[in-house]
Amino acid sequence: MDLFEYQARDLFEKHGVPVLAAAIATTPDQAEAAARAIGGKVVVKAQVKVGGRGKAGGVKLALDSASAREYASAILGMDIKGHQVRTVMIAPAAAIETEYYLAILLDRSHRRFLVMASVAGGMDIEEVARTAPEKLAKIPVSAVDGISVAKAKEIVAAANFPHDVADQVSDVLLKLWELFQSEDATLVEVNPLVKSTDGKIIALDGKITLDDNAQFRQPDHAALIDHAATNALEAAAAQKDLNYVKLDGQVGIIGNGAGLVMSTLDVVAYAGKKYGGVRPANFLDIGGGASAQVMADGLSIILGDIDVKSVFVNVFGGITSCEAVATGIVQALELLGPKATKPIVVRLDGNNVVAGRAILAKAAHPLIEQAQTMDGAAHRAAELAAK
Amino acid sequence: MAIFLNKASVVIVQGMTGSEGTKHTRRMLASGTKVVGGVTPGKGGQLVDIDGHQLPVFNTVAQAMSATGANTSVVFVPPKFAKAAVIDAIDAAMPLVVVITEGIPVHDAASFYAYSVAKGCTRIIGPNCPGLISPGESNVGIIPADITGAGPIGLVSKSGTLTYQMMYELGDIGFSTALGIGGDPVIGTTHIDALRAFQDDPQTRAIVMIGEIGGDAEERAAAFIAQYVTKPVVAYVAGFTAPEGKTMGHAGAIVSGSSGTAQAKKDALEAAGVKVGQTPSESAQLLRDILGR
Repeated sequence: MDLFEYQARDLFEKHGVPVLAAAIATTPDQAEAAARAIGGKVVVKAQVKVGGRGKAGGVKLALDSASAREYASAILGMDIKGHQVRTVMIAPAAAIETEYYLAILLDRSHRRFLVMASVAGGMDIEEVARTAPEKLAKIPVSAVDGISVAKAKEIVAAANFPHDVADQVSDVLLKLWELFQSEDATLVEVNPLVKSTDGKIIALDGKITLDDNAQFRQPDHAALIDHAATNALEAAAAQKDLNYVKLDGQVGIIGNGAGLVMSTLDVVAYAGKKYGGVRPANFLDIGGGASAQVMADGLSIILGDIDVKSVFVNVFGGITSCEAVATGIVQALELLGPKATKPIVVRLDGNNVVAGRAILAKAAHPLIEQAQTMDGAAHRAAELAAK
Repeated sequence: MAIFLNKASVVIVQGMTGSEGTKHTRRMLASGTKVVGGVTPGKGGQLVDIDGHQLPVFNTVAQAMSATGANTSVVFVPPKFAKAAVIDAIDAAMPLVVVITEGIPVHDAASFYAYSVAKGCTRIIGPNCPGLISPGESNVGIIPADITGAGPIGLVSKSGTLTYQMMYELGDIGFSTALGIGGDPVIGTTHIDALRAFQDDPQTRAIVMIGEIGGDAEERAAAFIAQYVTKPVVAYVAGFTAPEGKTMGHAGAIVSGSSGTAQAKKDALEAAGVKVGQTPSESAQLLRDILGR
């Protein structure tokens, strides 16, 4: 899960990383009140989980609370790269002397952690990495040893932080590591990390990504989920514990196993080229060993999607029994009755396939068509969606 | 021959007394795997009857190894306790540890992986993987044993169900070993490890590699193939239609930029001389063409 800037700021504060005071606002009134409480010049910042908000006009310096109100009113509701702004953060304008970059992240390729640090902050760090890689220090961190005081000093020296801020940066790095570990983060990035005109190191903006797999030991993280950005169908699916993602096409997809479902999306999009660019309408993985109930829940969600013109059920039974899948399809259609109007192409193979196919054949439901192969089923589902 | 797992594999099940552990112990025994016991801390000394097999339960992997001579462990322990279970196996110098558990925090996986490297005695496969099967020899994990038999194809895949799909597509030819390495961001055995082993395995005549979006493992594998692999390799990559920034089930299957896209992986593999099909069936056909079957 990616966090908003203000959520990252709160976690920085919780772990002792120096930050500026800040407040969030969802209305211009709140923004004005927050700016007045902070006093003086403030920055109004759009809270979106996407880069480039400054260029899009989502960050403004306001001289007083009245202009903070005006900026908030312009920024709230703004669309930044497909992300709607629902919240702004109001923070005092910092007197910045120098900007730096500091991040701790998971390095997948090397299966360890990595600190990236640069004194060439203040601009696009990806640009620095590309054009002047020597200015971006990359120091591996072992998951067993972590970042000790000595390691932090070594990193600060390797990145050439000036002497007058070295101790402060090293302290921030230790606190970021503590946050990274104790919050189960996979990315903690401070950009920029600034030195103020009075010589203090402050985390001015940050990005944090948390590991969803760690939710069982991070009860506080549930409160950080952005429910407003969740599609209604996705919310309904989440209620049923289904792994569902809404997409923009016409063929509803149900399968078992993330890899097979992803592959099913591809195969449908590939087949759909022949039928005027038909594409998958969703990702839905019913998982391993799914019961008839899970199948019925999944099919109900997909048949409730108005964008769906046809459905493709693609199951290779490993642990999942094709018999359960077929039973679930029949149950869902009985439950939905006349509300089910979309054709369903079913391809079953693997565990208990003979029984599964027999159940569907016996049901002889007018909406169900069985297909022998995955590619053949994808073509048929795309063809039906294009009708 | 086969890779990592063969007739000489003697298997213990960590988490055997749990419902998943019991269910899959039964399936592994039914497919001929030499399962000799289980480990559940606090339940040592019990005997569990699984379809007439009296399997002893031990408190630690070290105890299980000295009592049974096990050289392979398969982990069905829930995410919360998985790290402790894997560390226990590494401490016992267990040669092969196959971690089936889904949903292990990446800090835990990074930590037990780093620990295994430091100790230098243990190969980890997974986590979040279906395990591996060397048909006719042994089957460790949750891959159905009845899809196919022994043969000349080596298969390595990030995805479980795509592993089954490909085994089914090429079921008449058969496999030396089919191996699911898992789709999590940190895994113990990579495509490259499997490719190296298949290259050295006399039974394997051709290799199928299945990848999916996220990370750069396929790109690295492509570079490895170009340099070291002389056997024919066919690939399939899933995730061309996955939208940027959306997670699709596997924690690892996230596209966060241009690198890690399915297209980037396909391009890298093709540049290394690997034939890449548009669908699993196309990839299977490409392999048939190579083997002339």
